[in-house]
Amino acid sequence: MKKHQPRRRLFSLTLRQQNIAAGYLFSLPFILGFVFVFLYPTILSAVFSLNELVITKTGYALKYVGFENYRHVFQVHPTFIRDLTETTINMLSQVFWVLVFSFFAAIVLNQKFRGRLIARAILFLPIIMASGIILKIEARDYMTGILEYGMESVSTFLVTPALSVYLSKFQLPDALIENILAAIESLPNIIRSSGIQILVLLAGLQAIPSSLYEASEVEGATAWENFWLITLPMVSPLILTNIIYTIVDYFTSPSNLIVTNIRAAAFGTLGYGVGSAMSWVYFGVIGTILAITFLIFSRFVFYHE
Amino acid sequence: MAAAQHKRYWKRNLPGYGWSLVRAVILIGVCYIVIFPILTKIASSFMSRNDLWDTTVVWIPRYPTLRNYELAWQYMNYPRAFWTSVKLSFIVSALQLASSTLVGYGIARFHFKGAKLLFTLAIVTLIVPPELFIIPLFLNFRYFDLLGLLPAKLDLINTVWPAVIMAATCTGPRNSLFIYIMRQYFKGMPRDLEEAAYVDGAGSFRTFYRIMLPAAVPAMVTVFLFAFVWQWNDYYMTQMFYSSATTLPMMLDKLPNSVLGMRWESSLPETSLLNNTGSLLLIAPLVILYIFLQKYFVESVQRTGITGQ
Repeated sequence: MKKHQPRRRLFSLTLRQQNIAAGYLFSLPFILGFVFVFLYPTILSAVFSLNELVITKTGYALKYVGFENYRHVFQVHPTFIRDLTETTINMLSQVFWVLVFSFFAAIVLNQKFRGRLIARAILFLPIIMASGIILKIEARDYMTGILEYGMESVSTFLVTPALSVYLSKFQLPDALIENILAAIESLPNIIRSSGIQILVLLAGLQAIPSSLYEASEVEGATAWENFWLITLPMVSPLILTNIIYTIVDYFTSPSNLIVTNIRAAAFGTLGYGVGSAMSWVYFGVIGTILAITFLIFSRFVFYHE
Repeated sequence: MAAAQHKRYWKRNLPGYGWSLVRAVILIGVCYIVIFPILTKIASSFMSRNDLWDTTVVWIPRYPTLRNYELAWQYMNYPRAFWTSVKLSFIVSALQLASSTLVGYGIARFHFKGAKLLFTLAIVTLIVPPELFIIPLFLNFRYFDLLGLLPAKLDLINTVWPAVIMAATCTGPRNSLFIYIMRQYFKGMPRDLEEAAYVDGAGSFRTFYRIMLPAAVPAMVTVFLFAFVWQWNDYYMTQMFYSSATTLPMMLDKLPNSVLGMRWESSLPETSLLNNTGSLLLIAPLVILYIFLQKYFVESVQRTGITGQ
């Protein structure tokens, strides 16, 4: 073995340099894309937000207006701040319920039962269906509205009153009850936006080594203890992934109120400048929320190994 | 004795049966909610105008008709739009697959300065709302000169190039998710595989092509399916950069207008019938594809290491 030592070191030295070069080469598409397609336009948009943009024959011209566009967003625009607050609050509730539902669904789909394949196939359908133009059409479709009304009236007249009576027995705070009832009303929406999250968690559940459960069974642990001490810690990184994904998905969905606002501003009478300013304010809010989420939840995340 | 045994049997198994029942009820309910939009579309696609005004008709049309299908097929120019969509989706998803596989491999398996930074940046592009840079990007493609590197300004709007450029550089919508999937997958592969190839004298690219790529097929199938489906349904990017493209979503978006003319906005019910029929025609190929591939799809996601373990 010793005889090979120097030769190996020499080999690995050149390999190291090769390695670095190859690493950059492989990553080149993204480096180029990041600079040209992402970074440069993003910087431009920051510049636009401080200017008024005028389209000319040969291109476009900028007229510096300072923070006027931001002033417009905060003080002049009639609904932006209200919409932003509303979107953020709805997002928080959506994230919570999507998380709860996808966790539950993943655990159920991970159990063995007849028809499991069909159930999985159906639950992952929204990944295909709920994107692009379909979402746009469904959002304001007449027939969907009518038929969904039938379904909703069942929940409004039967389920909701019964449940609110039941919940009030526990003397929970009214705000919580309202939130739960609202979640039940928007259940279809929550279920349909959980496809990817279920997929991620299901894959995570299946990656937990069965030896852990076997060992704990030998020790005499209950299913309840297994859940809290094995399942939950083992998938906790994925819960964080899911929280982040859900936030991003909600904030970037084209049916989102703010996105509509931004588009109306940018391509309407308010101009690119105001549109850019809106998107920066919006991005600031998303960034802050993501950072806070990450800071809070990464303390609870357990990394195996 | 027998009765006691019987009792014990039920005591042990009853909670299990109870749970099975609860599970079945919940799953059926949830599945119903998921396929509800499809049922809506199917039901309304067979309705005629008379059914719309008949209050006894909820799900099953009384005067079923294929008229909606005929109109949608004809005005969407279905066969032609179908091929346009197939071509565009195939080009875009193949490029996205190629670029994200390369980049995922690069940042997963080579130790160079900035590999981690690149991965972080990829995640950042995922969480930035497209609205932030879509307008400057539009202007970039409208007056395309690569930051002044090209002698003349090219107008790439309404060509396939913006889609190609974005796909080839991993910067399409949610493209970073594919880098993430590939990176996690390559991270999880044993080092010995590569080292054996290196010791045999194979270069980085040969190793990648001969050894790593065949082993990464499950993750690549997942990425390709996601990319294909999202491009197939995409409306936002196409409308922004390639609005003359006659893909199915673009035709579907125009469908009520092209059938009903100016009155489409005032006749919501008829618009709805057309939209629902058109949506069915749009997703039908995907659903057929999905039925054949779903087992592979679910399994491949489980093996992709999307889980980050």
